[in-house]
Amino acid sequence: MVKLTIDGKEVQADEGKSLLEVCTDNGIFIPSLCFLKEMTNPPASCRLCFVEVEGLPKPVPSCRQSPAEGMVVRTDTELVRRLQRSALQLLLSAHHVDCRNCHANKRCALQNIAKFLGVGLKPKRLEPLAMEFPQEREHPNFIYDPYKCVLCGRCIFVCRKRTGYGVLTFARRGIDTVVSWFGADGPDSPPCDRCGECVNACPVGALKSKETVQAPMEAAGA
Amino acid sequence: MDAARPNENDDNVTPLKVLAATLAPFDVKRENLIPILQTIQEKEGYLSPEAMKMVAKHLGVTASEVYGVASFYNQFRFHPPGKHQIKVCLGTACHVVGGEIILENFERKLGIKHGETTPDREFSVDRVACVGCCALAPVAIVDETTHGHMAPSKVEGILLGFQIEKERKEREKEQRESGSQQ
Ligand code: SF4
Ligand code: SF4
Ligand code: FES
Repeated sequence: MVKLTIDGKEVQADEGKSLLEVCTDNGIFIPSLCFLKEMTNPPASCRLCFVEVEGLPKPVPSCRQSPAEGMVVRTDTELVRRLQRSALQLLLSAHHVDCRNCHANKRCALQNIAKFLGVGLKPKRLEPLAMEFPQEREHPNFIYDPYKCVLCGRCIFVCRKRTGYGVLTFARRGIDTVVSWFGADGPDSPPCDRCGECVNACPVGALKSKETVQAPMEAAGA
Repeated sequence: MDAARPNENDDNVTPLKVLAATLAPFDVKRENLIPILQTIQEKEGYLSPEAMKMVAKHLGVTASEVYGVASFYNQFRFHPPGKHQIKVCLGTACHVVGGEIILENFERKLGIKHGETTPDREFSVDRVACVGCCALAPVAIVDETTHGHMAPSKVEGILLGFQIEKERKEREKEQRESGSQQ
Protein backbone atom coordinates (compact mmCIF):
# COMPACT_ATOMS: atom_id res chain seq x y z
CA MET A 1 0.00 0.00 0.00
CA VAL A 2 1.14 3.53 -0.74
CA LYS A 3 -0.15 6.94 0.31
CA LEU A 4 -0.73 9.64 -2.27
CA THR A 5 -2.71 12.83 -2.76
CA ILE A 6 -5.35 13.15 -5.43
CA ASP A 7 -7.00 16.53 -5.90
CA GLY A 8 -5.89 17.52 -2.41
CA LYS A 9 -7.30 14.40 -0.81
CA GLU A 10 -5.02 11.89 0.85
CA VAL A 11 -5.73 8.33 -0.25
CA GLN A 12 -4.28 4.86 0.24
CA ALA A 13 -3.71 2.70 -2.78
CA ASP A 14 -2.51 -0.69 -3.85
CA GLU A 15 0.60 -0.20 -6.05
CA GLY A 16 -0.57 -2.98 -8.32
CA LYS A 17 -3.50 -0.92 -9.49
CA SER A 18 -3.46 1.78 -12.11
CA LEU A 19 -3.88 5.37 -11.07
CA LEU A 20 -7.11 5.41 -13.05
CA GLU A 21 -8.54 2.66 -10.87
CA VAL A 22 -7.34 4.35 -7.71
CA CYS A 23 -9.12 7.56 -8.69
CA THR A 24 -12.31 5.70 -9.56
CA ASP A 25 -12.16 3.74 -6.29
CA ASN A 26 -12.02 7.06 -4.46
CA GLY A 27 -15.02 8.48 -6.22
CA ILE A 28 -13.13 10.65 -8.70
CA PHE A 29 -14.45 10.32 -12.22
CA ILE A 30 -11.82 10.03 -14.94
CA PRO A 31 -13.13 9.94 -18.50
CA SER A 32 -11.97 6.73 -20.17
CA LEU A 33 -13.09 4.36 -22.87
CA CYS A 34 -10.40 1.80 -23.50
CA PHE A 35 -9.38 0.65 -20.02
CA LEU A 36 -10.56 -2.48 -18.22
CA LYS A 37 -9.10 -3.32 -14.84
CA GLU A 38 -8.26 -6.87 -15.94
CA MET A 39 -5.76 -5.46 -18.43
CA THR A 40 -2.14 -5.97 -17.53
CA ASN A 41 -0.95 -3.92 -20.47
CA PRO A 42 -3.62 -1.31 -21.22
CA PRO A 43 -3.49 0.03 -24.78
CA ALA A 44 -4.02 3.65 -23.69
CA SER A 45 -5.61 4.30 -27.02
CA CYS A 46 -8.57 6.54 -26.20
CA ARG A 47 -6.36 9.35 -24.81
CA LEU A 48 -9.03 10.49 -22.41
CA CYS A 49 -7.78 9.51 -18.98
CA PHE A 50 -5.07 12.14 -18.57
CA VAL A 51 -4.03 13.44 -15.16
CA GLU A 52 -1.19 15.67 -14.00
CA VAL A 53 1.39 14.23 -11.67
CA GLU A 54 3.63 16.63 -9.77
CA GLY A 55 7.20 16.31 -11.01
CA LEU A 56 6.27 14.91 -14.42
CA PRO A 57 6.66 17.40 -17.27
CA LYS A 58 3.42 16.51 -19.07
CA PRO A 59 0.02 15.06 -18.26
CA VAL A 60 0.04 11.25 -18.36
CA PRO A 61 -2.64 8.70 -19.19
CA SER A 62 -3.67 7.48 -15.74
CA CYS A 63 -4.49 3.98 -17.00
CA ARG A 64 -0.77 3.37 -17.50
CA GLN A 65 0.51 5.13 -14.41
CA SER A 66 1.13 3.29 -11.16
CA PRO A 67 0.48 5.07 -7.90
CA ALA A 68 3.58 5.76 -5.80
CA GLU A 69 4.30 6.85 -2.26
CA GLY A 70 3.93 10.59 -1.84
CA MET A 71 2.65 11.14 -5.35
CA VAL A 72 0.64 14.33 -5.89
CA VAL A 73 -2.01 14.01 -8.57
CA ARG A 74 -4.41 16.52 -10.06
CA THR A 75 -7.24 15.28 -12.24
CA ASP A 76 -9.04 18.53 -13.04
CA THR A 77 -6.53 21.08 -14.29
CA GLU A 78 -7.29 23.20 -17.31
CA LEU A 79 -4.56 21.43 -19.28
CA VAL A 80 -6.04 18.02 -18.54
CA ARG A 81 -9.53 19.12 -19.47
CA ARG A 82 -8.32 20.65 -22.70
CA LEU A 83 -6.62 17.41 -23.71
CA GLN A 84 -9.72 15.44 -22.81
CA ARG A 85 -12.06 17.72 -24.71
CA SER A 86 -9.88 17.55 -27.82
CA ALA A 87 -9.61 13.77 -27.66
CA LEU A 88 -13.35 13.45 -27.24
CA GLN A 89 -14.09 15.83 -30.08
CA LEU A 90 -11.78 13.89 -32.35
CA LEU A 91 -13.59 10.69 -31.46
CA LEU A 92 -16.97 12.29 -32.04
CA SER A 93 -15.91 13.65 -35.41
CA ALA A 94 -15.54 10.02 -36.49
CA HIS A 95 -18.81 8.89 -34.98
CA HIS A 96 -22.27 8.80 -36.47
CA VAL A 97 -24.12 10.38 -33.58
CA ASP A 98 -27.73 9.25 -33.66
CA CYS A 99 -28.55 8.65 -30.03
CA ARG A 100 -32.29 8.57 -30.46
CA ASN A 101 -32.03 5.49 -32.66
CA CYS A 102 -29.16 3.89 -30.80
CA HIS A 103 -29.66 0.98 -28.42
CA ALA A 104 -26.96 2.42 -26.12
CA ASN A 105 -28.85 5.67 -25.62
CA LYS A 106 -28.65 6.80 -21.96
CA ARG A 107 -26.07 4.23 -20.94
CA CYS A 108 -23.40 5.24 -23.42
CA ALA A 109 -19.93 6.22 -22.22
CA LEU A 110 -19.58 8.82 -24.96
CA GLN A 111 -22.73 10.59 -23.81
CA ASN A 112 -21.54 10.44 -20.23
CA ILE A 113 -18.11 11.80 -20.91
CA ALA A 114 -19.44 14.50 -23.22
CA LYS A 115 -21.77 15.66 -20.48
CA PHE A 116 -19.00 15.58 -17.88
CA LEU A 117 -16.65 17.62 -20.05
CA GLY A 118 -19.33 19.97 -21.31
CA VAL A 119 -18.74 19.03 -24.93
CA GLY A 120 -21.62 18.81 -27.42
CA LEU A 121 -22.04 15.45 -29.13
CA LYS A 122 -21.76 17.16 -32.48
CA PRO A 123 -18.73 19.39 -32.06
CA LYS A 124 -18.78 22.28 -34.50
CA ARG A 125 -15.07 22.83 -34.32
CA LEU A 126 -14.28 19.71 -36.33
CA GLU A 127 -15.69 18.59 -39.61
CA PRO A 128 -17.16 15.11 -39.46
CA LEU A 129 -14.70 12.60 -40.85
CA ALA A 130 -15.87 11.16 -44.16
CA MET A 131 -15.64 7.45 -43.57
CA GLU A 132 -16.84 4.71 -45.81
CA PHE A 133 -17.57 1.28 -44.43
CA PRO A 134 -19.86 -1.48 -45.44
CA GLN A 135 -22.77 -0.45 -43.19
CA GLU A 136 -23.03 -3.16 -40.59
CA ARG A 137 -21.63 -6.63 -40.25
CA GLU A 138 -23.52 -9.52 -38.84
CA HIS A 139 -21.98 -12.23 -36.79
CA PRO A 140 -24.26 -15.10 -35.81
CA ASN A 141 -24.33 -13.60 -32.32
CA PHE A 142 -24.10 -9.87 -32.75
CA ILE A 143 -24.26 -6.98 -35.15
CA TYR A 144 -21.35 -4.59 -35.46
CA ASP A 145 -21.73 -0.99 -36.53
CA PRO A 146 -18.41 0.52 -37.64
CA TYR A 147 -19.85 4.04 -37.55
CA LYS A 148 -20.45 3.77 -33.83
CA CYS A 149 -17.22 1.99 -32.92
CA VAL A 150 -14.64 4.07 -31.07
CA LEU A 151 -11.98 1.37 -31.62
CA CYS A 152 -11.31 1.06 -27.91
CA GLY A 153 -10.47 -2.64 -28.28
CA ARG A 154 -12.38 -3.77 -25.20
CA CYS A 155 -14.43 -6.34 -27.08
CA ILE A 156 -11.27 -7.85 -28.57
CA PHE A 157 -9.63 -7.97 -25.17
CA VAL A 158 -12.49 -9.72 -23.38
CA CYS A 159 -12.97 -12.15 -26.25
CA ARG A 160 -9.33 -13.14 -26.21
CA LYS A 161 -9.30 -13.46 -22.48
CA ARG A 162 -12.36 -15.65 -22.34
CA THR A 163 -11.73 -17.96 -25.29
CA GLY A 164 -7.96 -17.98 -25.05
CA TYR A 165 -7.66 -17.39 -28.80
CA GLY A 166 -10.01 -14.61 -29.79
CA VAL A 167 -12.74 -14.51 -32.38
CA LEU A 168 -12.49 -10.75 -32.72
CA THR A 169 -9.64 -8.73 -34.11
CA PHE A 170 -8.88 -5.31 -35.52
CA ALA A 171 -8.74 -5.37 -39.29
CA ARG A 172 -7.55 -2.93 -41.96
CA ARG A 173 -5.89 0.27 -40.81
CA GLY A 174 -5.96 4.01 -40.37
CA ILE A 175 -9.31 5.59 -41.08
CA ASP A 176 -10.58 2.22 -42.37
CA THR A 177 -9.88 0.30 -39.16
CA VAL A 178 -12.73 -1.87 -37.95
CA VAL A 179 -13.36 -4.65 -35.51
CA SER A 180 -13.67 -7.81 -37.52
CA TRP A 181 -13.60 -11.57 -37.52
CA PHE A 182 -12.70 -14.26 -39.98
CA GLY A 183 -15.26 -15.46 -42.47
CA ALA A 184 -17.78 -13.16 -44.05
CA ASP A 185 -20.80 -14.42 -42.15
CA GLY A 186 -19.47 -16.41 -39.29
CA PRO A 187 -19.50 -20.15 -39.89
CA ASP A 188 -15.84 -20.05 -40.89
CA SER A 189 -14.93 -18.00 -37.88
CA PRO A 190 -13.09 -19.48 -34.92
CA PRO A 191 -15.73 -20.93 -32.59
CA CYS A 192 -17.60 -18.28 -30.63
CA ASP A 193 -18.64 -19.04 -27.05
CA ARG A 194 -21.83 -17.01 -27.44
CA CYS A 195 -21.04 -15.49 -24.07
CA GLY A 196 -21.99 -11.99 -25.09
CA GLU A 197 -19.04 -10.53 -23.19
CA CYS A 198 -17.97 -8.46 -26.17
CA VAL A 199 -21.37 -6.81 -26.35
CA ASN A 200 -21.28 -6.09 -22.63
CA ALA A 201 -17.76 -4.69 -22.82
CA CYS A 202 -18.63 -2.17 -25.51
CA PRO A 203 -18.79 1.27 -23.90
CA VAL A 204 -20.90 2.64 -26.76
CA GLY A 205 -23.53 1.30 -29.11
CA ALA A 206 -21.28 -0.42 -31.65
CA LEU A 207 -22.17 -4.01 -30.76
CA LYS A 208 -25.71 -5.20 -30.58
CA SER A 209 -26.57 -8.70 -29.51
CA LYS A 210 -28.87 -10.91 -31.52
CA GLU A 211 -31.44 -13.08 -29.71
CA THR A 212 -28.84 -15.74 -28.97
CA VAL A 213 -27.06 -13.55 -26.49
CA GLN A 214 -30.10 -11.65 -25.37
CA ALA A 215 -31.15 -14.75 -23.44
CA PRO A 216 -28.02 -15.63 -21.45
CA MET A 217 -30.16 -17.29 -18.75
CA GLU A 218 -31.51 -19.77 -21.21
CA ALA A 219 -28.11 -20.48 -22.63
CA ALA A 220 -26.70 -21.14 -19.17
CA GLY A 221 -29.67 -23.28 -18.22
CA ALA A 222 -29.71 -25.35 -21.38
CA MET B 1 -11.43 -42.01 -52.82
CA ASP B 2 -8.38 -40.08 -51.87
CA ALA B 3 -9.27 -38.50 -48.56
CA ALA B 4 -6.53 -35.90 -48.78
CA ARG B 5 -8.14 -34.44 -51.86
CA PRO B 6 -10.01 -31.21 -51.46
CA ASN B 7 -13.31 -30.45 -53.05
CA GLU B 8 -12.34 -31.05 -56.66
CA ASN B 9 -15.40 -29.61 -58.29
CA ASP B 10 -14.26 -26.09 -57.49
CA ASP B 11 -11.26 -25.85 -59.75
CA ASN B 12 -10.52 -22.31 -58.62
CA VAL B 13 -9.43 -23.43 -55.21
CA THR B 14 -5.85 -24.55 -55.29
CA PRO B 15 -5.64 -28.07 -53.98
CA LEU B 16 -4.92 -27.85 -50.31
CA LYS B 17 -2.06 -30.27 -50.79
CA VAL B 18 -0.18 -27.69 -52.80
CA LEU B 19 -0.81 -25.18 -50.05
CA ALA B 20 0.43 -27.56 -47.44
CA ALA B 21 3.63 -28.00 -49.42
CA THR B 22 4.03 -24.24 -49.58
CA LEU B 23 3.67 -24.00 -45.82
CA ALA B 24 5.91 -26.87 -44.89
CA PRO B 25 9.30 -25.13 -45.15
CA PHE B 26 8.22 -22.35 -42.80
CA ASP B 27 8.99 -22.75 -39.11
CA VAL B 28 6.13 -22.48 -36.70
CA LYS B 29 6.89 -18.94 -35.66
CA ARG B 30 4.54 -16.02 -35.55
CA GLU B 31 7.04 -13.83 -37.34
CA ASN B 32 6.69 -16.06 -40.37
CA LEU B 33 3.10 -15.02 -40.87
CA ILE B 34 3.76 -12.25 -43.35
CA PRO B 35 6.39 -14.11 -45.41
CA ILE B 36 3.98 -17.05 -45.66
CA LEU B 37 1.12 -14.85 -46.79
CA GLN B 38 3.39 -13.22 -49.36
CA THR B 39 4.45 -16.57 -50.72
CA ILE B 40 0.87 -17.76 -51.01
CA GLN B 41 -0.26 -14.61 -52.71
CA GLU B 42 2.63 -14.82 -55.15
CA LYS B 43 1.57 -18.34 -56.08
CA GLU B 44 -2.18 -17.92 -56.16
CA GLY B 45 -2.72 -14.24 -56.72
CA TYR B 46 -4.77 -13.81 -53.56
CA LEU B 47 -5.45 -15.13 -50.08
CA SER B 48 -8.41 -17.48 -50.07
CA PRO B 49 -10.29 -18.26 -46.83
CA GLU B 50 -8.98 -21.84 -47.11
CA ALA B 51 -5.42 -20.58 -47.34
CA MET B 52 -5.84 -18.31 -44.34
CA LYS B 53 -7.31 -21.15 -42.32
CA MET B 54 -4.38 -23.38 -43.17
CA VAL B 55 -1.87 -20.71 -42.28
CA ALA B 56 -3.64 -20.19 -38.95
CA LYS B 57 -3.46 -23.88 -38.22
CA HIS B 58 0.18 -24.08 -39.22
CA LEU B 59 1.19 -21.22 -36.93
CA GLY B 60 -1.22 -21.99 -34.11
CA VAL B 61 -2.99 -18.64 -34.29
CA THR B 62 -6.63 -17.98 -35.16
CA ALA B 63 -7.89 -17.35 -38.65
CA SER B 64 -9.22 -14.04 -37.34
CA GLU B 65 -5.70 -13.03 -36.41
CA VAL B 66 -4.35 -14.00 -39.82
CA TYR B 67 -7.09 -11.99 -41.45
CA GLY B 68 -6.51 -9.05 -39.11
CA VAL B 69 -2.83 -8.89 -39.94
CA ALA B 70 -3.27 -9.48 -43.67
CA SER B 71 -5.95 -6.83 -43.99
CA PHE B 72 -3.59 -4.23 -42.51
CA TYR B 73 -1.45 -4.37 -45.65
CA ASN B 74 -2.51 -3.09 -49.03
CA GLN B 75 -0.43 -5.75 -50.75
CA PHE B 76 -2.81 -8.57 -49.84
CA ARG B 77 -5.99 -9.26 -51.71
CA PHE B 78 -8.84 -11.45 -50.56
CA HIS B 79 -10.46 -11.93 -53.93
CA PRO B 80 -8.98 -13.71 -56.93
CA PRO B 81 -7.71 -11.24 -59.53
CA GLY B 82 -10.11 -10.79 -62.45
CA LYS B 83 -9.40 -11.75 -66.04
CA HIS B 84 -8.99 -8.05 -66.72
CA GLN B 85 -7.12 -6.20 -64.01
CA ILE B 86 -7.81 -2.53 -63.61
CA LYS B 87 -5.38 -0.50 -61.56
CA VAL B 88 -6.22 3.09 -60.83
CA CYS B 89 -3.34 5.30 -59.80
CA LEU B 90 -3.83 7.37 -56.68
CA GLY B 91 -0.31 8.72 -56.42
CA THR B 92 0.02 12.40 -55.60
CA ALA B 93 -0.31 13.72 -59.14
CA CYS B 94 -3.28 11.50 -59.97
CA HIS B 95 -4.86 12.25 -56.63
CA VAL B 96 -4.85 16.00 -57.19
CA VAL B 97 -6.48 15.70 -60.61
CA GLY B 98 -9.25 13.43 -59.43
CA GLY B 99 -7.91 9.86 -59.47
CA GLU B 100 -10.53 9.10 -56.82
CA ILE B 101 -13.27 10.00 -59.28
CA ILE B 102 -11.87 7.58 -61.85
CA LEU B 103 -11.66 4.85 -59.24
CA GLU B 104 -15.18 5.57 -58.08
CA ASN B 105 -16.39 5.38 -61.70
CA PHE B 106 -14.88 1.96 -62.23
CA GLU B 107 -16.25 0.80 -58.90
CA ARG B 108 -19.75 2.02 -59.63
CA LYS B 109 -19.87 0.71 -63.19
CA LEU B 110 -18.66 -2.72 -62.10
CA GLY B 111 -20.57 -2.79 -58.84
CA ILE B 112 -17.53 -3.67 -56.75
CA LYS B 113 -15.11 -1.89 -54.43
CA HIS B 114 -11.37 -1.68 -54.94
CA GLY B 115 -9.69 -4.90 -53.93
CA GLU B 116 -12.68 -6.87 -55.18
CA THR B 117 -13.52 -8.91 -58.25
CA THR B 118 -16.78 -9.05 -60.19
CA PRO B 119 -18.77 -12.25 -59.53
CA ASP B 120 -18.08 -13.43 -63.11
CA ARG B 121 -14.33 -12.96 -62.42
CA GLU B 122 -14.04 -10.75 -65.49
CA PHE B 123 -12.76 -7.61 -63.73
CA SER B 124 -10.90 -6.67 -60.61
CA VAL B 125 -10.21 -3.12 -59.50
CA ASP B 126 -7.28 -2.00 -57.40
CA ARG B 127 -5.83 1.28 -56.29
CA VAL B 128 -2.12 1.68 -56.73
CA ALA B 129 0.38 4.32 -55.72
CA CYS B 130 2.33 6.25 -58.33
CA VAL B 131 2.92 4.26 -61.51
CA GLY B 132 5.49 6.73 -62.78
CA CYS B 133 3.80 8.64 -65.56
CA CYS B 134 2.51 11.63 -63.66
CA ALA B 135 2.40 13.80 -66.79
CA LEU B 136 -0.50 11.64 -67.98
CA ALA B 137 -2.48 11.97 -64.75
CA PRO B 138 -5.01 10.70 -63.94
CA VAL B 139 -3.81 7.29 -65.00
CA ALA B 140 -5.38 3.85 -65.07
CA ILE B 141 -3.62 0.67 -66.08
CA VAL B 142 -5.89 -1.89 -67.60
CA ASP B 143 -4.18 -5.23 -68.10
CA GLU B 144 -0.95 -4.17 -69.82
CA THR B 145 -2.19 -0.91 -71.30
CA THR B 146 -1.63 2.46 -69.69
CA HIS B 147 -4.49 4.90 -70.16
CA GLY B 148 -3.58 8.53 -69.53
CA HIS B 149 -5.74 11.59 -68.96
CA MET B 150 -8.55 9.41 -67.71
CA ALA B 151 -12.07 10.74 -67.58
CA PRO B 152 -15.41 9.16 -66.69
CA SER B 153 -16.27 8.86 -70.39
CA LYS B 154 -13.07 6.90 -70.93
CA VAL B 155 -13.98 4.54 -68.12
CA GLU B 156 -17.17 3.82 -69.95
CA GLY B 157 -15.28 3.43 -73.22
CA ILE B 158 -12.81 0.92 -71.79
CA LEU B 159 -15.51 -1.25 -70.26
CA LEU B 160 -17.63 -1.02 -73.39
CA GLY B 161 -14.59 -2.09 -75.42
CA PHE B 162 -14.26 -5.27 -73.36
CA GLN B 163 -17.96 -5.91 -73.63
CA ILE B 164 -17.91 -5.62 -77.42
CA GLU B 165 -14.81 -7.79 -77.65
CA LYS B 166 -16.45 -10.44 -75.49
CA GLU B 167 -19.61 -10.44 -77.58
CA ARG B 168 -17.60 -10.67 -80.79
CA LYS B 169 -15.73 -13.69 -79.48
CA GLU B 170 -18.93 -15.36 -78.40
CA ARG B 171 -20.46 -14.77 -81.81
CA GLU B 172 -17.40 -16.21 -83.51
CA LYS B 173 -17.49 -19.21 -81.24
CA GLU B 174 -21.15 -19.79 -82.02
CA GLN B 175 -20.52 -19.48 -85.72
CA ARG B 176 -17.63 -21.90 -85.53
CA GLU B 177 -19.72 -24.39 -83.59
CA SER B 178 -22.71 -24.16 -85.87
CA GLY B 179 -20.28 -24.30 -88.82
CA SER B 180 -18.69 -27.52 -87.62
CA GLN B 181 -22.10 -29.06 -87.07
CA GLN B 182 -23.13 -28.54 -90.63
S1 SF4 C 1 -22.96 5.20 -29.39
FE1 SF4 C 1 -23.52 6.69 -27.80
S2 SF4 C 1 -23.08 8.71 -28.68
FE2 SF4 C 1 -23.12 7.22 -30.36
S3 SF4 C 1 -25.22 7.32 -31.11
FE3 SF4 C 1 -25.14 5.65 -29.61
S4 SF4 C 1 -25.77 6.62 -27.68
FE4 SF4 C 1 -25.22 8.28 -29.08
S1 SF4 D 1 -17.10 -2.55 -30.89
FE1 SF4 D 1 -17.33 -1.41 -28.95
S2 SF4 D 1 -15.91 -2.46 -27.54
FE2 SF4 D 1 -15.32 -3.07 -29.61
S3 SF4 D 1 -13.71 -1.63 -30.21
FE3 SF4 D 1 -15.68 -0.81 -30.98
S4 SF4 D 1 -16.38 0.57 -29.37
FE4 SF4 D 1 -14.79 -0.73 -28.46
S1 FES E 1 -8.32 4.75 -20.49
FE1 FES E 1 -6.32 5.52 -20.54
S2 FES E 1 -6.04 6.01 -22.61
FE2 FES E 1 -8.04 5.08 -22.63
